[in-house]
Amino acid sequence: MTGTLRTTLPTTRSTPLDPPPELGRIREQEPLARLEYADGHLGWLVTSYELTREVLADNRFSNRAELQRFPFEIGGQVVPPQPPAKPGMFISMDPPDHTKYRRLLTGQFTVRRMNLLRPRIERIVADHLVAMREHGSPVDLVPTFARPVPSLVICEILGVPYEDRAEFQQNTDRMLRLDRTFDEIMAAFARIEEFVADLVRRKRVSPGDDMLSGLLESGELTDEEVANMGVLLLVAGHETTANMLAIGTFTLLRNPDQLAAVKADPSLVDNAVEELMRFLTIIQFGTSRTALEDVELAGQVVRAGDSVIISTPAANRDPHRFERPDELDVHRPASGHVGFGHGIHQCLGQQLARIEMRAGFGGLFREFPDLELAVPAEEVPMRTDMSIYGVHSLPVAFS
Amino acid sequence: MRIEVDPDRCAGAGMCALTDSDVFDQDEVDGTVVLLTPSPSEEHHRSAREAAHLCPAGAIRVVE
Repeated sequence: MTGTLRTTLPTTRSTPLDPPPELGRIREQEPLARLEYADGHLGWLVTSYELTREVLADNRFSNRAELQRFPFEIGGQVVPPQPPAKPGMFISMDPPDHTKYRRLLTGQFTVRRMNLLRPRIERIVADHLVAMREHGSPVDLVPTFARPVPSLVICEILGVPYEDRAEFQQNTDRMLRLDRTFDEIMAAFARIEEFVADLVRRKRVSPGDDMLSGLLESGELTDEEVANMGVLLLVAGHETTANMLAIGTFTLLRNPDQLAAVKADPSLVDNAVEELMRFLTIIQFGTSRTALEDVELAGQVVRAGDSVIISTPAANRDPHRFERPDELDVHRPASGHVGFGHGIHQCLGQQLARIEMRAGFGGLFREFPDLELAVPAEEVPMRTDMSIYGVHSLPVAFS
Repeated sequence: MRIEVDPDRCAGAGMCALTDSDVFDQDEVDGTVVLLTPSPSEEHHRSAREAAHLCPAGAIRVVE
């Protein structure tokens, strides 16, 4: 019998690299449980791999902004209902609107196109490793490597002047914090929107050889639509890969046998990236959908209007799908993990992220084979206070 | 083995082309699935099944 367990979303970790253990207990007991939301709504919590794929592949579960609910308070407040997505902000839309925008971008993020970027990305990685060496040991990996590499890559792709990134980065930081009020988060988001809107206006006048200019030249989109698509790509391109690079390095350093295997056989790095994506699932509170109609799921009926949290961190640790799920194993077949999501909203930039991570981890441990933590592991500040998990800083030493 | 693809359903995530680039490719313009080999040889059967399983949008069907 499912649907009898009532819970709030577990958010308390007992170890820094594992999801809250309560999620595992819930998955074992009831992979589809009732979830109490911050606004009083009684929705659902999905924690198994199988149900995660089922819900995310089912378009009767909507991702429209105005139907979303938040499982917990943010900044001590219940988050008010949200307005519909702005034109171009397609992550918060359903088909056919979502399809229209995403199709204009998918051709830019294909496996082949991203492979063509590999030499440039490897160059960017190499430049930052040189800068780390010049800085000397110890150094904080986050501002010297993990953040600037993906930041520079997405800025080049989109055509964002890299000099402008400091202000932008500060606002992204504010936006993803959970201890700010929702108004403060929205204010930070508004400043990012202004920044990109201004950039789009300039590109309308003098286009460059970049993605934002390309979208403008397609003739199918307004400036506002291009700006909102740009905001989405810029935020997504910055935070996710940056955090994976930093916490992925921390994780490998904490699992020396696994790191040794990757160093001994650099061809393992591709699979190590998939395994780190599975193991860490940095979208730490999973993703959310709302049923558009009554849907039968695991013997229950999810009613129209019911919201569902899909815990991708729990799904990626499901023992029915992954043997010894709580062990990091760079040899395991990790493909099929839901670290990039599943369904029509699965990460658009995932092929770019893969190449950045392969080049990033590969380059880092080739250049600094004796890289180690410069502080005790328990002193590494974890991003428990952010919607995207990771480390706030990672002091490392090398010879 | 016969493979069927549905570009209308495709989300352009590229999992198929990543999994077996001899069997699947992506359209240059919109990134949707392009089937290179509708009846692949046996050595590709496993990866073709894997690609169908990985496809986030259910756009690939393998008929054995």
